[in-house]
Amino acid sequence: MATTSPPGVGLLKGLGVTIKQMFKPAVTQQYPHVKPDLPPRTRGVIALMDENCTVCMLCSRECPDWCIYIDSHKETVPPAKEGGRARTRNVLDRFAIDFALCMYCGICVEVCPFDALFWSPEFEYSEYDIDKLLHEKGKLREWMDTVPPPPALDEGADAPGEVATAIEKANQELEAAKAKAAEEARAKEQGEQAPAAGDAAAAAPAEPEVKAGEIDQETFDRLIAEGKSERIARSKAKAAYVKKEKQRLKEQAEQQAAAAPAAEEPKVEAGEIDQETFDQLIAEGKSERMARAKAKAAYVKKQKAKLRAEAEQAGGGDAVEAPAAEGSGEAAAGEAAPSAAPRKADIEVEGAGEIDQETYDALIASGKSERIARSKAKAAWVRKKKQEQMDAEGDA
Amino acid sequence: MSIAEMANAAAGLAQFSPAPSLLEIGDSFWLSAVLKIAVVLAVFFVVPLVVGYMEHKVMGHQQARLGPMEAGPHGSLQLVADGIKFIQKEDLIPSAADKWVFAIAPGVAMVPAILIFLVLPLGPGIWGVDFELGLFYALAVGSVTTLGILMGGWASANKFSLIGGLRAAAQLIAYELPLILAGIAVALQAGTLSLVGIVEAQSTFFIPGTEINLWYLFPQILGFGIFFIAAMAELARPPFDMPIADSELVFGYMTEYTGIKYAMYMLTEYAGMVSMSALMVVLYLGGWQLLPGVPMPGCGGSGNIFDCNALGVGLGVAVTLGKIMLLTFLMVWARTTYPRLREDQLQRFSWLVLVPLSLLNLAIIAVAKGVF
Repeated sequence: MATTSPPGVGLLKGLGVTIKQMFKPAVTQQYPHVKPDLPPRTRGVIALMDENCTVCMLCSRECPDWCIYIDSHKETVPPAKEGGRARTRNVLDRFAIDFALCMYCGICVEVCPFDALFWSPEFEYSEYDIDKLLHEKGKLREWMDTVPPPPALDEGADAPGEVATAIEKANQELEAAKAKAAEEARAKEQGEQAPAAGDAAAAAPAEPEVKAGEIDQETFDRLIAEGKSERIARSKAKAAYVKKEKQRLKEQAEQQAAAAPAAEEPKVEAGEIDQETFDQLIAEGKSERMARAKAKAAYVKKQKAKLRAEAEQAGGGDAVEAPAAEGSGEAAAGEAAPSAAPRKADIEVEGAGEIDQETYDALIASGKSERIARSKAKAAWVRKKKQEQMDAEGDA
Repeated sequence: MSIAEMANAAAGLAQFSPAPSLLEIGDSFWLSAVLKIAVVLAVFFVVPLVVGYMEHKVMGHQQARLGPMEAGPHGSLQLVADGIKFIQKEDLIPSAADKWVFAIAPGVAMVPAILIFLVLPLGPGIWGVDFELGLFYALAVGSVTTLGILMGGWASANKFSLIGGLRAAAQLIAYELPLILAGIAVALQAGTLSLVGIVEAQSTFFIPGTEINLWYLFPQILGFGIFFIAAMAELARPPFDMPIADSELVFGYMTEYTGIKYAMYMLTEYAGMVSMSALMVVLYLGGWQLLPGVPMPGCGGSGNIFDCNALGVGLGVAVTLGKIMLLTFLMVWARTTYPRLREDQLQRFSWLVLVPLSLLNLAIIAVAKGVF
């Protein structure tokens, strides 16, 4: 019993520990009153994006508890182009997850190759009746609204392909609209200014894209003169060209931005919510989480609509041209309409099983195998049938 | 205080005249009795609930929890809700139990706990009776509770209950001794066993040769420590809760009790905390006196703490209740801090530490009283 401190000190230290703890904040979470702040990857409930489901059955087969029930039927899709084969497609009839069996391993979400299953942090779906824990397709689709957006990309990361394409397209449209507006403005001032200057300025914004294939001749020549290999000189010259072009485009954009300060950024921030929708959903008795998710979606939708309207307004700056173009488009469509005969792809021929005897015989005679002859003859039969139908319609 | 005065005070024992209670209504014995009973019962049922709530909250926060939060604002009505729940519960009696003894045991434990409040002075004039043998009465009546616990442990026909009851009996006998010895030292210094008299004696006790008023806490700090520890053991409060010892004995002598009978045992425990704390306030902390040497506003008489007006009475009661809450807080604090002792450690601590120390304390006080 060799202790360094005198007897009784430990008892006082103990009292010190408890009294200090008393004035520290408690760690208790007042759960039903204050909802927990769950991490975004919380495994609360599994949501189904049924539009994405191809009934591949991977989830159902991988499920260790066998708690995913899928029913489907097949539909025939006519060939996309003439001479194509009719395809069959699986159509989802029933998708149900029995959360009374589910052990929240997440394998189904993991294996889904088509982004149809997601984790949602929503967890308040306990029931008094075990049958009600079987969530059918509709309910699983509703959980989709509570799925948080994917985590933000790292700083400087490439935008996802589809997003990048959309942004680029929007940028191009905006640039074009701006260029048009600038041209109009210049056209008005043309009487005062020299036409050559106007042409040069107008020609510049015509190519807003940087083509990577070209090389900067100046750099290339210089590098060759320095004794670099042709290969290196070419690649460096290419880079130099892209850099220069970008610099030029940036300057140009800055000039235009200075000319048209009203032009808005076409980006939509996803983090905000639409208060109106949120209030309405809360009033309808939806959970706060669901209301927030839906309100976010509503906000993004509204913002997009606004941006589109603004873009149209910007386009409206050249009030003379835009409606004319639309009108001509309509006129063209009107002209095309009467002559537009029904395409073969649009016609459905029932009964793909039959064969065209004539084709079959000819193929057999030419030494093809029975199998190939049969399939080709089938195709020929379908083609013929279609032709017949089209002819009949044409006569009518 | 001179020896002559002390001798006079000692002589006063012989011709004791009880201090008048404010709870007397004229000369009517029955009306006075009804009022006193009402006040005692009100204190008995309300103050332990407040202490219980304080314990819930203090224990909660000392364990990084919040404690009760749902019933009433910040869970303040939790114990009321618990009481209603206990009343609704089925009153189970084990088939092998000694039914009569089983049924009356909680009452035997609870009634003495009520009776103690009769003599406890809660403020100037706020006491039921000023007995000449007040301290003796309080300690004696309090010991009867032991009988109720032993009866409950025996009558339950359950081994856990029996062991709990026997542990309680052994523990209460062991700690009764240092408790009483520490109390005797106070009575010796005060020269009276009347609880009101002890409060008065503290308000007129000065350090010999000076004008500095002191409570008995200071000369008898050793006695106070012994009394406090022994009181916790008497009440079977953690760390001295071997009679209950959840982890070993389920719930000791209360194992078989349900509903209202269980609630009576629990109320006895919390009322015991209040009455023991009130006793310590009277014996060591100067009763309703605000601070040593500070006269109570609106009061006169001996030590300027008697014959008070309404303000003085209200303040006196508030001061007493505040001191009681402070002492019960200390008990709760000890409960959250220390683990339960072993049964043999408990007995050893009492007989080999507390009893000799309390005898030493008594000897010191006796010698000091003889010297000054």
